[in-house]
Order: sequence, then structure tokens, then C-alpha cells
Amino acid sequence: MTSETTTPMIGRAIKRREDPKLITGQGNFLDDVKLNGMTHAAVLRSPYAHARILSIDTQKAAALPGVVAVFVGKDLLDVNPLPCAWPAGGFKNNMNTPRAMAVDVVRFVGEAVAVVIAEDRFIARDAIDLIDVDYEPLAVVVDPEKATQPGAPQLHENAPNNVVVEWSAGNREGTNRAVASADVVVKERIINQRLMATPMETRGSIARYESSTNEFTLWTSSQAPHVMRLLLTAFVFGIPETKLRVIAPNVGGGFGQKIFVYPDMVFCMWISRKIGRPVKFVEDRSENFKSSTHGRDHVTDVELSGTRDGHITGLRVKTYAGLGAYLSTIAPGVATTLYGRIITGVYKIPNVSIDVIATYTNTAMVDAYRGAGRPEASYLIERIVDRFAAELGMDPAEVRRRNFIPPTEFPYDNGLGLLPYDSGNYAPALDKALANVGYADLRKEQATLRAQGRYLGIGISSYVEICGVAPTAWANGQGWGAGLWESANVRIHLTGQVVVTTGSLPHGQGVETTFAQIVADELGVPYDSVLIEHSDTAGTPFGYGTYGSRSLAVGGTAMVKSARKIKEKAKRLAAHLLEANPEDMIFADGKISVKGSPDKSKTFGEIALYASVGASMPDGEEPFLDETTYYDPPNCTFPFGTHISVVEVFPDTGAVEVKRYVAVDDVGNIINPRIVHGQLHGGIAQGMAQALFENAVYDDNGQLLAGTLMDYAIPNAGMLPDFEISHTVTPSPVNPLGVKGAGEAGTIGSAQCIMNAVIDALSPFGVRHMQMPATPEKIWHATRG
Amino acid sequence: MIPAAFQYVKANSVAEALVLLQQHGEDAKLVAGGHSLIPAMKLRLSQPSVLIDIAGMADLKGIAVNGAELTIGAGETYHAIATSATVKHACGVVAACVGQIGDIQVRNCGTIGGALAHSDPAADLTAVFLALGGKVTAQSANGSRQIAADDLFVSMLTTALDSGEILAQVHVPVLQKGQGAAYAKLKHPASRYAIVGVAAMVTISNGVVTAARVAVTGAGPQAVRQASCENALIGSSGDAAAVKAAAAKAGDDMDYLGDIHASEEYRRAMVQVYAARALNEAIAQARA
Repeated sequence: MTSETTTPMIGRAIKRREDPKLITGQGNFLDDVKLNGMTHAAVLRSPYAHARILSIDTQKAAALPGVVAVFVGKDLLDVNPLPCAWPAGGFKNNMNTPRAMAVDVVRFVGEAVAVVIAEDRFIARDAIDLIDVDYEPLAVVVDPEKATQPGAPQLHENAPNNVVVEWSAGNREGTNRAVASADVVVKERIINQRLMATPMETRGSIARYESSTNEFTLWTSSQAPHVMRLLLTAFVFGIPETKLRVIAPNVGGGFGQKIFVYPDMVFCMWISRKIGRPVKFVEDRSENFKSSTHGRDHVTDVELSGTRDGHITGLRVKTYAGLGAYLSTIAPGVATTLYGRIITGVYKIPNVSIDVIATYTNTAMVDAYRGAGRPEASYLIERIVDRFAAELGMDPAEVRRRNFIPPTEFPYDNGLGLLPYDSGNYAPALDKALANVGYADLRKEQATLRAQGRYLGIGISSYVEICGVAPTAWANGQGWGAGLWESANVRIHLTGQVVVTTGSLPHGQGVETTFAQIVADELGVPYDSVLIEHSDTAGTPFGYGTYGSRSLAVGGTAMVKSARKIKEKAKRLAAHLLEANPEDMIFADGKISVKGSPDKSKTFGEIALYASVGASMPDGEEPFLDETTYYDPPNCTFPFGTHISVVEVFPDTGAVEVKRYVAVDDVGNIINPRIVHGQLHGGIAQGMAQALFENAVYDDNGQLLAGTLMDYAIPNAGMLPDFEISHTVTPSPVNPLGVKGAGEAGTIGSAQCIMNAVIDALSPFGVRHMQMPATPEKIWHATRG
Repeated sequence: MIPAAFQYVKANSVAEALVLLQQHGEDAKLVAGGHSLIPAMKLRLSQPSVLIDIAGMADLKGIAVNGAELTIGAGETYHAIATSATVKHACGVVAACVGQIGDIQVRNCGTIGGALAHSDPAADLTAVFLALGGKVTAQSANGSRQIAADDLFVSMLTTALDSGEILAQVHVPVLQKGQGAAYAKLKHPASRYAIVGVAAMVTISNGVVTAARVAVTGAGPQAVRQASCENALIGSSGDAAAVKAAAAKAGDDMDYLGDIHASEEYRRAMVQVYAARALNEAIAQARA
């Protein structure tokens, strides 16, 4: 390495270093992994949503040539059920998590009942059809509210009325008084429908057991390999953590679904140990839809009270949250803390009360899906505030502005048990969005078109969310069972190359690029000399992984802190070589020089070489530049913004055309605008898809009706408008980078933006609310009264 | 999503494919583009023991105009048809219809013969073919025969083709002066097939509609003609009032499907909306 000045990388929209590999077929995804002697698993899944298993006959399947073995739930009783790591809200012995396979009762369509191991995947699949299972069907409930009602089918003996947990926050009495005495009260039943994450790469596991060392290796498409290792060893198998290595190969999207521990991880490990050969299981799309986690599924009654001049005085919320047949890894926390504690959004609301009743239903498990609780909260508050504005006949932008938390009140405590919002200035983002979309003119155009029988709608969404999760002590107080800090180790090799290892990892975000940008700038070294290593528990420090928009705010900060420790050591070593005082050293432009004597200096490369060789270290100094940080943030971060969409609805067909989508997102400082925009684009697309297209609907028998991509409508590019994205920048005071996080913001801001526009367009027909998705048929009906 | 085991054989000519069909009997299926059959096999809804691949075969290719008839080889892909100057010029509605099917990957594989022989209830081409009053040439070991569009679609996923027959050519009329044809479609948000698709062909002579053919796909179990809609239009001037009256009769006599995306009630209403759109466009072309 030389001492030439490097170009600052932070703020530059460089292309992602991950992409050449991924877009030329050189990626290594789970299904690309092939091991010697590997066998293939296929899973027989329950066709019933609720049934007793009377008998299972696997003889014919086992006899099929090429079949190695067949296992059922009873075979795996020597390992524990999957753990739930976030029992938020307090549990009374009613925590029911799944086993690797059902034993006596199946509780949702798609639950694993038997696993066939064969020489190839085709034989394994053929053998599935040869297994005879005798089921006694039981009554089914799929709706999270109906599950609690008298006479509803009961899923678990220890959970009367199918209640997982009853959780509340806020001030019930004050809120009741505020609502009772208000000039204006609006109320709605608002449903946040069940969604499926639909990562491009489905999930799966490959396990290899080595009997000579009793060691497992698990390749799995995961957002949190260290956490998988912890949960599988300490909680499921009861073996030392060191006996399992977890590798997440390239991960083709996760959206939350790949945070969790899954049955296939357990049965692949268990069976590989049993048969002495590696076992591979990769879901097909139908299996991913049926048996991996879903998102959302809230049924909510909400009341908002206020004054005639548009000031909100109270908010009362009661939500039934369906968590599926069993508890997934962090499900209870998503439905409570990550939702209920930010239910007030960007508004200062004096009286708030929220109850969440989380329930078991005969459906696939529900857990974090992009945004995880905050999209549900944001949708609810932004819909009901729009409803309030419509009731008053006031401009929805003005109602928002009147109720924003003033910029002078940050850090802001919303009184719901959340940490204070770190920083925010909501009006400028709203103003910028209004200006960008040309709001005043649009309202005039809307009036003109209405007179001609055309229906334009303008929808506004001002959102705030919780990112950079989270301070461990606070998370523990919410029932979270582990830490939420993140790790980063930075090493400077003899050649001056920088190797960073971290517990954070990408599943499509491009953080190899972002991380390298910040480390290069911090150390003043060329971007290309920084390597980011991740995703393998061998060779990376323990870390909690990637979710909750935390990689940069928490993992990136750990990296900055490690780099700063490296710089401090480099200064001490340079001072020694230059016979100067360490306090007098300046680290700048890849050089360490003596203050006031710029000619007295050492390049960072010279120091790296000196430290790596380590032949003449000063007393008390170890060789090598190698520093690790476990960074536990003092607070979460709270990105915010305003999105505005313009739609036209066509009464003859009910079709919706999204004509404009303007987003002003404040994600704090931006390291790589290209990556941030990519994240926002994808996020907005997913929120828009919830508003208009996606619906993971079950029928009353618990059959997933949208069980394939022929029925589950994820949008293609042609169904989406251009996104007009800009920013305000309010740096986060929480971390030295001033970043907030951008992975989920788009999703959190967008569903209600579209729905508010659709409902605005339909207001001449008397429409005040509509449940998502706003399909053409629903809109057509609405226009016909 | 793993199909049952099957044997794969590649046929190089229609004659060879017919021999293979005879040899393997009812257990064999022909595959061309495979965009309907392979997904059904992956879900094990279809489990043929032998697949006879007829894709890319020279004697199922060719696009030519003979007098008043446009003949398209059954093995021509959507992409080839959508970009064919001959098709655009002779019968543009066919090019326009196949040009909006699926995406470029689908259009590079899917074939016109495959679409008609499969008779998917939500396919686009079936309605267009019915409205145009086309016919197909089917070849078998016993020779060849022609089947008129009106006789081809029997019921859901079932055509008048015998198991030993190969759909070899598709024939549609070359549109003449005074004729127009159009296809209007409400796309399924997930599959992009038709929730409702309506095709119309109209002949106008001296300001009077002298012939009209209208067909609906997507809304019911198979593509069907709309006789009362057609009769309402014939003899009229084809003006806005006439189209409105005729469209109101569309969908009168047919069976409907309903699902999570569109109820029967909504499909009924959309048949009328899209019939009006197809008729208006066809009439505008006829007058041009």
C-alpha cells in the first residue's frame, strides 16, 4: 500500500461488488451445494389443517428402489421442539412451538408428517406418494379473532381460546375518557391481510455429520447463521455449540422469512447423524408458501378521537394477531413490541391505549416479514388519520401537519414503552413530497376530472419506523431472549489488505459494498483493498445477523469502532518509530504524522507491515493490527418520511392505475445512494403489492387458496410505476455514521399511501375504507354502491 | 414441484412423431413449448409416461398467405408470430394477441399449436381463433383432416383432436377491406392469463355490419362464441349505441368460473365491458 490519497467512498453511488458474481451465474446458493455421498429429502406434508394422525404406513415407500430411509415424527422425539426466542408479553405455560415433524396431531396444511431420504430428489418425491397416513380430521379455525370465540376449535390444550398472549400498552383510562369526551370519533375495522414473503430463492438445509468428531455442518439459506447455531445446539439438540458449524451460502432474498429456525434444519441434522450421510432438502415454491413463515394477519378495531380543528386527542386499538399453528422464533415480539409500541406513528397523541390478542390458528406460522410489526402499525395509524381528515373535511396533509411531533421534542418518548425516537423533523419531508408531486395543482386537477366522471385519488403516508434494532437491555425487557449487539473484526494483513469479518451478512442488500465503503474511508485505504467476510460461523465472530434494518446502523458501527481502534494502535506504533508522543499523532490521508511536522510521518502501509512482522514492537504492544468490537447500540434509530401516490380508478372495470409515486425518505446519512434507492424501490414495491395484489388467503377448511405463483400475485415491473425518490437528511445521533437504516422503510411507508389514494379516488362513491388488497372486483363493487 | 418419472423422445418430423404416438398410445403426450404441460407435470396433475418433443420441427414451421388464408405452422413460437410482418399485415390481431402473452421467455417457447391443442380455459388464443373462424389441420397415421374453430374446443382442457392426431397447421382468414378484428383482455394479476378475454371480428359493408363473430375466454371453462351478441350487432351500423346493445348480450349463454381473484358476478360484468372494447376496436379497424 502506498500513501496516495484515496477518494472518499461514503456517499458515492458505486455499483454493488456482489453483482458480477450473482448476475453471471457464479453465485453459490444452497441448491448449488453438492457433497460426496449426499442424499436427498422429500417431505410428506399434511393435507389437513387440523387432524389426528391415527397411523402412518411407510413400508411401501421404504421399499422403493433408491430410498435410503423413511422417518416420521415419533422417530425424532429425542430432540426438542424448536425454541421461541422472543416470548414477549409474558407466557403462562402456553408456548407451543413445532417439532421437526408432527407427532400425533397436525395443525396446518403443509406441516411435515414424514421425510423420505433417497439417492436423488426424484425418487424421494416418488416415495412420498407411497406413504399411507390415516387421519381423523378435526375442526378448523383460520381467523385470528374467531379463534378466541366460544366454541372455536382448540389447537393446544394449554392455550384456552387459542390465546397466545394478551398484551397491552398505553393509558387505558385516559384514552377511554378522551374518546368518550371527544368532538369527533372515527372508528374502523382494519384488516392487515396475511402475506407470503416469496424470496426468489426458497429455503432449505443441507446437513453433514462427521462421526469421527461428532461435528455437524449445516448449510442453510439464512439471515442469522450464528443464531441458528445457538438455537439448534443449545435448545434443540442439547449438544455443545462448538459441534455445529453453520454456513449461509449466497442467500437469494429473505424478507425476514430466513431469520428463523425451521423443522428442516432439525431433521436434516438428525437424519444425517442417523444414516451417516449428508442430507439435502430444498423447498419447492409450493412448500415455501405452505410451510415457511408468513407475515401480517391482523384484525383490528381502531378508534381515533379529535377536535373539530383537526387535533388528535386519543387512539384506542384492539388487535387480533394470528400467529399460526405454532410460535415461530420471534413471532410474539413482532405482534406486540414491534407493532404496539409505535402505533402512534409520527403524531403526538396524548392518550393512547392498545390491546393485542395474539392467537393460534390452523395456518402456517406468522413471523417477521419486511417491516415486521411496523408496517401494520403504520398502515393502521395512517389509514385512521386519513379517515379522520375525511370526517372533518380537512386536507389530509394539513391534519398530518397539525399533529406531527414537533422537531423540538426529540428525543421523543411516545409513552408506549418504546425507547425515545432518536431524531426527526417530519414537516420538511411532508413539504418536500407535496412540492415534488405538485399537490395543490393535483387537487385542482382531481376536481376538474371528477366533474368529467374520472376518478383521481391522492394518497399521503407519513411514517416513522424502528430500525437498527436494538439495545440489548431494552430488548431483554421486551422478552427478547438474547443480545442484539453486532460484531466486527478488522485485521490489517502484512500486505496492507484489510479483512473484515462480521456476524452481519447480506441476503441481497449489498452490504459487502456498503461495509467496504465505510471501512475504506475510516482507514483511508483504497476501497478495493477491503474484503468483507461473513455468513460462516467458522471464521466470523458471533453476531445476531441481518434483520430489523440493523446491518449498517449496528454492524457497520461495530466496523467503524474496530477501525478506530486500529487507528489508535497505528498512532502508537508510528509515535514509537518517529520517537514522538502518541497524543501528538494525526491519522489522515493514509498517513500518520506528527502534529506540526507533516514531513515526520509513516504511511499506514508501513505501519501495517511493521506491525505484521512484529520484529521490534514497543513494550506492551502485541504484533499485528487486529481489533474486534461488539457494538450494542444505545438506542434504535427512527427513519421517517412522507410518500404520496396518485392513482386513477376506472369504475367500469375497477382497475387502478398508479400514475405517480413520490417518496421522500429520511434514512439519516446515506453511504451508497444506489443501494439505498434499490432498497427503497423493492420496499415500496412490496408495500404496493400488499395494497393492490397480494393475499395469502385460506379457506374455512384451512386450505391455502393462493398456494402457487399462478394465484399469489407478486407484481412484475410492468405493474409498478416509476418511483420518484428523494430525501431529507436528519442524521441519527445514535451512531457515529449518523445512519438510520433503509431496508424496510419503503414497505412501511407504502401500503397505506396507495390505499389512501384509492379510497380518496372512491370518496365520491361514499367509500371511507376498503380492506387490502384493493382488487379491481372490490373497487368495481364499491363504485356501484 | 418434481414431476413423476417419464421417458423423453425427440421427434424430428411429424411422421416420426405419429409413429411414436402410435407406439406409446394413451400414455404419451406431445410437448412443444411445454409452458402448460410441464407445470401440470410438476404438480403431478399430469403424469404422462412418455413425452414426445415436437418443438423446433421443420414441418411444423412456416408462415404463409395463400389467397384469403393465412397459414401458420403449429410449431411457430409466439415470438416468431408476434414479430412476423406477414402475420401483422394479414391478420394483425393474431400478432397482437400472442405479443402480450407471458413474457419474452414464454413467448420464445410457447407455440400457437400448443395453445390451441391445450385449450386452457384462460388462454388468449382460443378466443381469437374462434372469433376469426379459423381452422386447424390435424395429421394422423390415417392422413389429415381439418377441424373448424367452432368444433375444436369441446370442454375444459379438451379438444376435438384424437389422441393419435397432431395439430399441424393453423389457418385464419386474411382480413379484407371492411373487416377488423381485436382482442381485449383483463389480465389475471398473478398468472397474467385472461380473467376475461374477448375477441371480435366484424365485417362492415356499405355502413352496415354484415358479419360478426365474438368469443370469450377466461370467464368460463372453455372459450365460447357469443351468438346473441353477434346477432345483435349484425345488421346495425356498428355505432356506439349498437355496440352497447350488443355488448350487453355478451356472456348471456355460457358457464362461468369464479375464484379468489374474480367472482362469477364480476366476470359476467367484465365480459360485457371487454366485449364493447373488442367490438369498438374491431369496428374502427373495419372502417379504416
